[in-house]
Amino acid sequence: MSPSQATTPLATPEAPLYNERNYLNEKSGVWSWLTTVDHKRIGVMYLVLVIGALFLGGVFAMLVRIELLTPGPTIMSAMTYNRMFTLHGVVMIFLFMIPAIPNVFGNFFLPIMLGARDVAFPRLNLLTVYLYLLGAAIALWGMIHGGADTGWTFYVPYSTTTVTKVAPILLGAFILGMSSIVSGLNFIVTVHTLRAPGITWLRMPLFVWSIYGTAIIQVLATPVLGITLLLVAVENVFGFGVFDPARGGDPILFQHMFWFYSHPAVYIMVLPSMAVVSEVVCAFARKNMFGYKAVAFSSLGIAFVGFFTWGHHLFTSGQSTVNAGIFGVLSMFVGIFTAIKVFNWTATLYKGSVAFKTPFAYFCGFLFFLVFGGMTGIALATVALDVHWQDTYFVVAHFHFIMVGGTMMGFLAGLHYWWPKMFGRMYPEGWGLVSAVLIILGFNATFIPQFLLGNMGMPRRYYSYPAEFWPLNVASTAGASLLAFGFIIILIYLLISLKHGPVAGPNPWFSRGFEWITASPPPTDNFGPRNPVYTHGPHEYDKEASPVPAGSPPEAPHAH
Amino acid sequence: MRTEAEVTHGGEGVPHLAHHYSNLEMQAHAARLGMWLFLATEVLLFGGLFTAYVVYRYTFSDTFVAASKLVETHYGAINTVVLITSSLTVALAHHFVEHRQSRKAALLLAASVFAGLVFLGIKAIEYTHHIEAGELPGRYYSYEGLQAHGAAMFWSLYFLMTGLHGIHVIIGMGVLAVIAFRTWRGAYDDGYSTPVELSGLYWHLVDLIWIFLFPLFYLI
Amino acid sequence: MMDLVRRMLFLPEEGSAWAGEVDKLHAFVITTTMLGAFGVAVVALAFFVKYRRRSDTDLTPHVAPTALAEVLFIGVPLGLFLLWFAIGFTQFVHLRTPPRDAMDIYVQGKKWMWKFAYPGGPNGADVLRVPAHRPVRLLLTSQDVIHSFFIPTMRFKMDVLPGRYTEAWFEATKLGRFPIFCAEFCGLGHSAMLGELEVMEPAAFDAWLAETRRATVAQAQDMGGGAIDIKGSLVEQGQRLAAEYGCLKCHSVDGSRHIGPTWLDLYRKTEKLKDGATVVADEGYLTESMMDPRARIVDGYEPVMPTFQGRIPGPEIAAIVEFIKSLRTDAVRPEPSKGPVYVPVPGYDPARHP
Repeated sequence: MSPSQATTPLATPEAPLYNERNYLNEKSGVWSWLTTVDHKRIGVMYLVLVIGALFLGGVFAMLVRIELLTPGPTIMSAMTYNRMFTLHGVVMIFLFMIPAIPNVFGNFFLPIMLGARDVAFPRLNLLTVYLYLLGAAIALWGMIHGGADTGWTFYVPYSTTTVTKVAPILLGAFILGMSSIVSGLNFIVTVHTLRAPGITWLRMPLFVWSIYGTAIIQVLATPVLGITLLLVAVENVFGFGVFDPARGGDPILFQHMFWFYSHPAVYIMVLPSMAVVSEVVCAFARKNMFGYKAVAFSSLGIAFVGFFTWGHHLFTSGQSTVNAGIFGVLSMFVGIFTAIKVFNWTATLYKGSVAFKTPFAYFCGFLFFLVFGGMTGIALATVALDVHWQDTYFVVAHFHFIMVGGTMMGFLAGLHYWWPKMFGRMYPEGWGLVSAVLIILGFNATFIPQFLLGNMGMPRRYYSYPAEFWPLNVASTAGASLLAFGFIIILIYLLISLKHGPVAGPNPWFSRGFEWITASPPPTDNFGPRNPVYTHGPHEYDKEASPVPAGSPPEAPHAH
Repeated sequence: MRTEAEVTHGGEGVPHLAHHYSNLEMQAHAARLGMWLFLATEVLLFGGLFTAYVVYRYTFSDTFVAASKLVETHYGAINTVVLITSSLTVALAHHFVEHRQSRKAALLLAASVFAGLVFLGIKAIEYTHHIEAGELPGRYYSYEGLQAHGAAMFWSLYFLMTGLHGIHVIIGMGVLAVIAFRTWRGAYDDGYSTPVELSGLYWHLVDLIWIFLFPLFYLI
Repeated sequence: MMDLVRRMLFLPEEGSAWAGEVDKLHAFVITTTMLGAFGVAVVALAFFVKYRRRSDTDLTPHVAPTALAEVLFIGVPLGLFLLWFAIGFTQFVHLRTPPRDAMDIYVQGKKWMWKFAYPGGPNGADVLRVPAHRPVRLLLTSQDVIHSFFIPTMRFKMDVLPGRYTEAWFEATKLGRFPIFCAEFCGLGHSAMLGELEVMEPAAFDAWLAETRRATVAQAQDMGGGAIDIKGSLVEQGQRLAAEYGCLKCHSVDGSRHIGPTWLDLYRKTEKLKDGATVVADEGYLTESMMDPRARIVDGYEPVMPTFQGRIPGPEIAAIVEFIKSLRTDAVRPEPSKGPVYVPVPGYDPARHP
């Protein structure tokens, strides 16, 4: 292979060591970042971008929550409020949640975990960053010049007749979709072609399995959303009438096409999170995954069945009873795959060696949110209950539990777990636990009242509401403040630790995951001159580790 | 295309080999897999429109039959022949690149680009006819001869689907033109043919989509 | 007991027997869910304590699931999920299958109000009056964007779509006034698109209906026709509208054959279609034939009818349908056929009609 000139010693667990010559400083200057094709640098760029998006979406969320503090108008007009929740949804989904874990941690760690020196198409990888920036720029331009007031679901005929500027936001989402497609394509090809010798399919880390499942959804579902959003934009601007009932169009067709993507998109958001916690639970329980195959294949199962459940968003749309039945049953099967994972993660703790560190705290939060979010999801799929809950705050609370509770917990778990690997320094553990507790409590305080509001019958996207919904809304807003406070603490201590944190060393968690073999931060070519040798699976803690992770002399190009 | 420029940081002096691949076969395999996945996304992109077509064809079947009599089948038929021929020339070009006959390959690629131009020219004539007759999408529809519910929908779908296909033809022509130029300049004289193969795959897909559009709008 | 559970879950009152059934399923699902989640949490907690870390380089045994564990992991939740689904789906089918004798009320949503049209009675806005202990079928349509008709106390929700009808039914058991919400986002006034359901004693309802019917007829006579909201009975209104829209130019009302099928005895008649299939001419088919006349053509007739999609507002469609329903042989006076009726309406311009 191609040994770079960097002479990086492979990791030794005994001596904490900062790798002085790493991917962060080997080249310097803004230009070297803008033109980089290094998957690690691209991952870091995405980290900065998605945290910016999270902040923006969080501001919108707080504005929405403040508006709902009183039953009547509080701080803004109905039009502004409608724009705020739309922008909150669009920013959080398209700019934060879909790219968050795959494009940050997937980019950074998937090649390293596979023993590869980059993703399959490094320059396409850089292209995704620019597509993301372009899509975000167009969408932001649309937000500043009018914004959309349709909700992120863009239901026709409202979205084709509204006076607000929907088209730029739709176009932005289309371009972000292209970015997502290319990332997914890159990961699939990387997994197929760049596994190092010794990493067979069933020795792939579980992180890789779930990212692979995610990538399949990204590649197969996003184009349908793309064309659907383009049709809405065309209809909004030119009046082609494809979804316009006055011209014979069918608004329900839009809902089918929209959810054909957007339901699998939920799994684009939550599968990567499952990917992260599968790694975290093994590392902090020092245990092999109980049922590796069950967890690996359930990721593919979710990716597959997730394509056939979209109709459960249309139970009250007047679709035929038979349709409702079929989609209801299929939705149950998605639930099963999730249940399998939950049981296996829990069983992994059995006979383990559990260390309650910050990433593990987020794993616990994740498990809690996933169980509740998943179970309420199953409850929603029992068609009759959905009739009451459809389009109420119950649904809002349900998908925030899954998407935010799930995705955010996974993102934060991954951020804390891999922070020492990415930047070579540790964050303060005490503050980490404090903010984890704040966030988990804040989450529950925000969204449990919303479940109850849904039960009471408060529909979503309400600007004003009857007085009997008041107390629970106040509770929810209070919880949201707690949540925001937790995020601010994290942001502060992580930024401080970048410069002033103690040196972490190559493997501060004593993890046997493949990514911990290399130095922290990793060298530009990931492993230095010697290729690591993989003789065992990624989550095996039943034998003594060899004192120095094995390395081989630089090999001649090897056949796969 | 992406692979050949990675020569700059290719490993161990093997031409065309990017540093993170161990051998050329694996790299070509990756490129091909990536291309097929990309083609799958293209199929799904059009899949959304085909779904819409099926739904509205079912809803307004009589109107769609009446409207499809307004498109002139012989233009469509000629275009089908033109595109199939261009697919043949692209396939032959790949064959000749593999057998290190770059000049022949470049000429065949150029012929494919020319076929794309012919296709677009004929499409432009058709579009002009439709626009003059008022056979237009949605609210622009003003054709007196067919005033049935759903007629405007036929033209919405017609222009959306053939338009999106036309954009793909233009992109394909651009790609083929660049590849033809590079082939002529001898970039693939050493038998390294992945870029030619992949651009050919894309062109075949564009062709294939037309093969579905033709019967849907012209024949049935 | 159920009442306590209902309060703990913050559920509104149960306005119908069906709502009670749904709440029972709700309680069942929530209880099993909580038990399951509690079980997972207890097991996890026990593991945290029992297997807490002693040293950072602990070795742990390789544990793999047995076949029994895998079967349990899949089988137990799947069994539960399918049981819930079976109950829930049965209830849903019940909601979507109105009984034959249900009273029809037409609901029209528009930004941002609800309009109701009662059988043979007046139209009303925002307050839906229904009799207790009688099944009520709602036929819902929208004049502009998608709305959703939501009565929390009935656990009832149905989307309201432009250009088509959806239907669902309920049978109120509790007297009183209950809120109605719009649940599908529809713009600025979405949260102000409120209505009220008033469940009345059947006798009181009948009295109210008769009273309002008389009042509106009188009012209509005073006003000499006028706007849609203050028309006489739906049937009369439908008769007038059928003339206005030119329906009677092609459809006779006395059984004679003309360009289109006669309307006499059309309702609930089984018609043979061009493609050999048959269809029962219920409200759905009649509405469809106005919106999309070529979809299902009765055998022996030509597809010449223009569509009225977007040209007739929802309550007027309802009125015409009610008019067709009223044309029964036993209700028509026997007299010689006069062929289709031509009724010119002075000053009426369909193009200007909303």
